[in-house]
Amino acid sequence: MMLKEGEYRIPSGCAISGFINRDGRRVNGSAIIQSMALMQERSNGLGGGFAAYGIYPEYQDYYALHLLFEDKLSRNQVEELIKDNFYIEAEDRIPTRHVRSIGKAPLLWRYFVTPRMAKIEESQETEADFMSRLVMRINDSVAGAYVVSSGKNMGAFKGVGYPEDIGEFFRLDEYQAYSWIAHGRFPTNTPGWWGGAHPFTLLDWSVVHNGEISSYGANRRFLEMYGYKMTLQTDTEVVAYAIDLLVRRHGLPLETAARVLAAPFWQEIDRLPAVERELYTHLRVVYGNLLLNGPFSIIVGFSGGFMALNDRIKLRPLVAASCGATLYAASEEAAIREICPDVEKVWYPRGGEPVIGRLEEETQCRLSA
Amino acid sequence: MPTLSLMPTEFTVVRNEEKCIKCLACVRQCGFEAQQYDAEDDRLYAIDANCVNCQRCVSICPAGALTIYKNPPPLRPHAFWTENHLRNIAKQAETGGVLLTGMGNDQPFPAYFDRLLLNASQVTNPSIDPLREPMELRTYLGRRPEPGAKTRTPLVPIATPIMFSAMSYGSISHEAFASLARAAKEFDTMFNTGEGGLPGDLYEYADHAVVQVASGRFGVHADYLNAGRIVEIKIGQGAKPGIGGHLPGEKITAPVAATRMIPEGTDALSPAPHHDIYSIEDLKQLIFTLKEATRYQKPVSVKVSAVHNVAAIASGIARAGADIIAIDGFRGGTGAAPTMIRDHVGIPIELAIAAVDQRLRDEGIRNQVSLVAAGGFRSSADVVKAIALGADAVYIATAALIALGCHLCQKCYTGKCSWGIATQDPYRSRRLNPEIGAERLYNLLRGWSHEIKEMLGGMGINSIESLRGNRLHLRGVGLNEVELKLLGVKHAGEAM
Repeated sequence: MMLKEGEYRIPSGCAISGFINRDGRRVNGSAIIQSMALMQERSNGLGGGFAAYGIYPEYQDYYALHLLFEDKLSRNQVEELIKDNFYIEAEDRIPTRHVRSIGKAPLLWRYFVTPRMAKIEESQETEADFMSRLVMRINDSVAGAYVVSSGKNMGAFKGVGYPEDIGEFFRLDEYQAYSWIAHGRFPTNTPGWWGGAHPFTLLDWSVVHNGEISSYGANRRFLEMYGYKMTLQTDTEVVAYAIDLLVRRHGLPLETAARVLAAPFWQEIDRLPAVERELYTHLRVVYGNLLLNGPFSIIVGFSGGFMALNDRIKLRPLVAASCGATLYAASEEAAIREICPDVEKVWYPRGGEPVIGRLEEETQCRLSA
Repeated sequence: MPTLSLMPTEFTVVRNEEKCIKCLACVRQCGFEAQQYDAEDDRLYAIDANCVNCQRCVSICPAGALTIYKNPPPLRPHAFWTENHLRNIAKQAETGGVLLTGMGNDQPFPAYFDRLLLNASQVTNPSIDPLREPMELRTYLGRRPEPGAKTRTPLVPIATPIMFSAMSYGSISHEAFASLARAAKEFDTMFNTGEGGLPGDLYEYADHAVVQVASGRFGVHADYLNAGRIVEIKIGQGAKPGIGGHLPGEKITAPVAATRMIPEGTDALSPAPHHDIYSIEDLKQLIFTLKEATRYQKPVSVKVSAVHNVAAIASGIARAGADIIAIDGFRGGTGAAPTMIRDHVGIPIELAIAAVDQRLRDEGIRNQVSLVAAGGFRSSADVVKAIALGADAVYIATAALIALGCHLCQKCYTGKCSWGIATQDPYRSRRLNPEIGAERLYNLLRGWSHEIKEMLGGMGINSIESLRGNRLHLRGVGLNEVELKLLGVKHAGEAM
């Protein structure tokens, strides 16, 4: 019997694209779909997905749980778990439209929830830890159920198919977001599982990823020490958890976290001035096992921003561009020019050099008000 | 040798008389007096009973006239009462003593290294060419601070994850010791003083020394501790877990005595346990005594032999405050050990690394300590496999001695080493030129390091820390389920 995806590891190649309107202007999903459609050659129809930030302003204080169920049984089990731990503000089927090229879809539901204080206190954890543990518990212990995303005022939409068809299927033209990231997948072998597509998410983090991380085993075993459960056997999962550990739990600035994931070489570190040398040496010594080794380009989305990053010897393509208040990153320059013909500045970030876009301060205040 | 032995000799020396030019080099160089010259008859002959097959005479004979054979005829084959057992019994019947031996366990126990295979990249991720791209082997040893905390004790960088394991001055010659020290400094890695102190003239190499504190406390003083880069408490040794050491008085020459701080010619006895460590809390006290003595500037390592409960022991050592845990497997060598102990006590290093690494991870403390593995690394592939199983670095000793000329005759305990390594006899030891010795050791490290880079590149990674504990790059062949589970690896043929 062929194992289901998630029970073994599948390498895949990919297309990625994303942009952020730093002025907070929200746009619908047509642009990102158009950008992905241009790179159709980089996918093979076995996975596509999107993450969008700022799409649920009316529920911005609630965790938006996007869930995928293979059957009613798993849905019942998860709903019981949700009712136990959360107040549900709203729930509905995720709206979809029929698309010919998309095969049979699993049950797709979303819940807007807030955790019960008593449950958080009982667990003796922070709210974020409580949330992430619950997400991992659903993925790990409820067969047939899978949490697609679990952040606030954001959501991930993914499935088996070409990204442009997935976008159409999820009616992304009806959502307004200030930041979109997207992924088209080229897995080397898979029957295709909706949960296996990108982005991969945890809380507010979402990651799309092109590449294969050869240090997966080392990264995974390091993260397991900190209580993360790798349920999907994908490299992308490791990236999301690594960033969660470094930034949310250990309090590193995102720029510094990028220097852990794509660490400078010792020969570069040795040439730095003393203070920086000490810092980078320290980072590599402590977090050496989190170095993502092997080819990758990733875009990491989070509330209020995104970061694009290449492996340290740039073994996968990544282009960045800016135009006005919008910052773009993609696998191919053409994918950016397709949706922004008058792009002002285009550059190829060096290996290990993060490209970070954040909402302007004023915008951030306005959005969170 | 008693006059009458009931056993045939083990080896036969065969001299091709046509080739022999009677230069007598073999007679002068044989450490065991097997090669003889009868001046009256102008005749060379061999006392086969003395030959240990160290290959010194064969290697240096300018005419290529010598060959040593395992002595025919063999005993009648017996799968249970093997020749080894018969010889041992006969020897004990003759002497009534404990069987002694040198170097590591030579019995045919499974070598797990030979049942593990490595991965390489194909298509989905590119392999990396170490000739074109940087490939990083630098490794830091010591305690990692908790996130946000400051390190108190500096960590120690080594240029390659290979160090020279503990071999004391006394058990090996000054020339061999100096070769190790020089090579370690030149390659920017570490050598280990063993339990015999650091000779005064080698303090210039102390910044590349792991200075050992063992149960005999030989050569331990404040300057010694502060001169070294890492301080190591030796609890056990892979070749002889659970027992101490005995350097016979004949090897305690004046310089050895001065270094060890004991009278010349007295036996140097290391007790089996440290008499101030009868429990884990005692170990903690010694660790912090040494840290105080070195003002918290030197990482403290604790070396134990790989025994059945090694995972729990290692966890205790980490919690007792050690910065480095060194584990010595049952193939580890020695200058002298009772044969029964060497051959029958301890467990394979591969299983010990896997168990300790997993245990420390389960407890969430793996990242706090460095794990150094020792005992039976024969090639760079063994090193790579050990690191993939979870070690930070390895100690090599037998391989280093082989680089210096050792042919594994296993007679180190006699002090007669023909290669000038395990002897204090200046006539023998001066055969080993420390400059040439250091160069040979440097070459070995260089060759292995290059090979490690090639293997890393093939796996698609360019830094050794991405290999550490990365058991997905290993596959077992011919291992049963229990072995696979203990090693934490999948069987060859299973996908990622």
